Amino acid sequence: MIIKNGRVIDPKNNMDEIMDVLIENGKIVAVEKNLPCTGHETIDATGCWVTPGFIDMHVHLRDPGARHKETIASGTKSAAAGGFTTICAMPNTSPTVDNEIVVEYINSKAAKEGIVNVLPIGSITKGLHGEELSAIGEMKEAGVCAISDDGKTVDNPSLYRTAMKYAAQFNLPILAHCEDLRLVGKGQIHYGEHAETMGFRGIYPEAEEIIIARDIILARLAGAQLHICHVSTAEGVELIRQARKNGQAVTAEVCPHHFTLIDEDITTYDANFKMSPPLRSKPHRDALLQGLKDGTITVIATDHAPHHEDEKNQEFENAPNGIVGLETALPLCISELSGLMSPMQIIATLTANPAEILGLNKGSLSIGATADIAIINPTQKHTVDKNKFASLSKNTPFHGRQVTGQVQHTIVSGKIVYSAK
Amino acid sequence: MKKDLLGIRDLSKEQILAFIDEAKKQKAKVKNKQLRDCSLKNTSITTLFYENSTRTKMSFLLAGEYLGAYADDLNIATSSVTKGETLIDTGLTLEAMGTDIIIIRHGMTGSAHLLAQNVSCSVINGGDGTNEHPTQALLDVFTIAEHKPSFEGLNVTIVGDIANSRVARSNIFALNKLGANVILAGPSTLHNANMRALGTEIYTDINRAVKNADVIMGLRVQLERHKACQFPSLAEYAKFFGVNNQTLKHAKEDVLIMHPGPVNRGVEISSQTMDSPHSVIYDQVENGVAMRMAILKYLVS
Repeated sequence: MIIKNGRVIDPKNNMDEIMDVLIENGKIVAVEKNLPCTGHETIDATGCWVTPGFIDMHVHLRDPGARHKETIASGTKSAAAGGFTTICAMPNTSPTVDNEIVVEYINSKAAKEGIVNVLPIGSITKGLHGEELSAIGEMKEAGVCAISDDGKTVDNPSLYRTAMKYAAQFNLPILAHCEDLRLVGKGQIHYGEHAETMGFRGIYPEAEEIIIARDIILARLAGAQLHICHVSTAEGVELIRQARKNGQAVTAEVCPHHFTLIDEDITTYDANFKMSPPLRSKPHRDALLQGLKDGTITVIATDHAPHHEDEKNQEFENAPNGIVGLETALPLCISELSGLMSPMQIIATLTANPAEILGLNKGSLSIGATADIAIINPTQKHTVDKNKFASLSKNTPFHGRQVTGQVQHTIVSGKIVYSAK
Repeated sequence: MKKDLLGIRDLSKEQILAFIDEAKKQKAKVKNKQLRDCSLKNTSITTLFYENSTRTKMSFLLAGEYLGAYADDLNIATSSVTKGETLIDTGLTLEAMGTDIIIIRHGMTGSAHLLAQNVSCSVINGGDGTNEHPTQALLDVFTIAEHKPSFEGLNVTIVGDIANSRVARSNIFALNKLGANVILAGPSTLHNANMRALGTEIYTDINRAVKNADVIMGLRVQLERHKACQFPSLAEYAKFFGVNNQTLKHAKEDVLIMHPGPVNRGVEISSQTMDSPHSVIYDQVENGVAMRMAILKYLVS
């Protein structure tokens, strides 16, 4: 296969040029100008970006346990439609991914029905209960790329320090959901004037900031590699900035919804705007953008969290947290970040940077690399239509939003797994 | 015709004043036992209360009956809600039986809005979470209007558990729209600075808060919500934040004492004050029926 005349953006190799990409036997064999087409299937990428396939560090697939929300088949189709060729699956399934048997179940399911690469993430504690360590070593052997109790923090600092230290010997990063749920209490949306106007109890940003500070300090003590999930607060960004300045192995991700929307966008009581952490106020959102711009935040991850319509269409307080994100991520990045970051910087947050954090031999268009590729039309305007999502779930606050940038083709190991209609 | 009444936030000043005018008429009719208004003949109203209530529920049922409606209550405790039936399905079920107006009270913010979006009959918000209790605020401003010539420049001090109070929130919206000054008072743990954005001043010193007050509105300490976690004891609450005859000395001589009820006597208001000539607490209850008649008439008009 040959991809002709695309603007090849490959942050790992610092390349941003019109090039042709030649793929043979699932590998990239040449990235050069004016490669001859003879005998090859050809994709004309004129006007498009040709980038490494995206890596999403933060996805909730619902198998095992809640296949009515998402299966590995539907979740990976959704990923492919969003340009993602590798997705990391959070362990809060039922049962929890806290031992190698569940890891192997996901691996075998992914091999059978997945159309992109699925990398399981193991839990830190058994059942996410924060009491006993999961089978971290055996899960590593079975293929987990990181550990996380996403959805909550490990409350007990002594246990958390132990887990961090134990994980470090296996080179497993800790993906930390930072939130003190006792301080969150019955809060529903960001604490502030808007929550007051809507009659909601507020979620203090401090509930996140306190745990980010604690986790940075604990990781320093344990010598662990810490990755902060879905940072949403200004002080959270600042704490991460300082830790990185101090040379600590701390990285962070931001979700497209947190840099696109703010609390004031919640004007009805629609639970499709409910997620954890919540949409913050404008100063927080601006701090996230600044963090992306100055390199404090190096990863964009979706926190793709599928939920059935019936589960979202209930009392806001009763509805579960989260929105689907795989199919809206790229257009939101292009629409919201183009004035702030170069295409190379944007693509790095979706490819080379997550690969580096997770120690993956992915996220580049290097010669010899597996041909995981996204082809993007960066100027294509369209309207988000949840009814066209490949995901089984349609819980998005972006339905009907005008966006720019569309995935044209997604290629995994040299095979086209998605093409825009 | 308007489909729903969900919050004071959605109402104009003119609309609020129109409700007050209509409630006056209804009150006179109830007083004279001239209940021949059959505006709601062939209309069915149902109260759907997920939280307990005496005043709101009874006054809606009576208001409906006085206007010739079929009025009934779904007893949540013995209903299929206990079998896990959702709010939306419960609403659709009531609607299928011919209910024209559902009056809902629910412990979660936005519940009335959710119901209204999912049924085609009318929905009245009888209190949703910490958000709004619009019919209470309307009967409160009606009660004030009976005693004060104008809302313009009127000083209304709301005392107590502001943070958890949908009554306070709806009254803040209503009074601001009508031109009154709204002052909030209570322990620092039961309000927050963001409430200034709603157009209020906030004090923790109750004597200062009631200075020159034309109206003092007490709020119930919601024992079932926070079991004194926000302050050490009821005795301490009463000492620092209770309204009593000493408090009244700082207010205007003709100050009105109001309370949405039920009152924890001796906590948020002393018994003496509650039973004093300043108190219009039972006028509020009486006006609740008339105001709810006005609201029902508005929805079917």
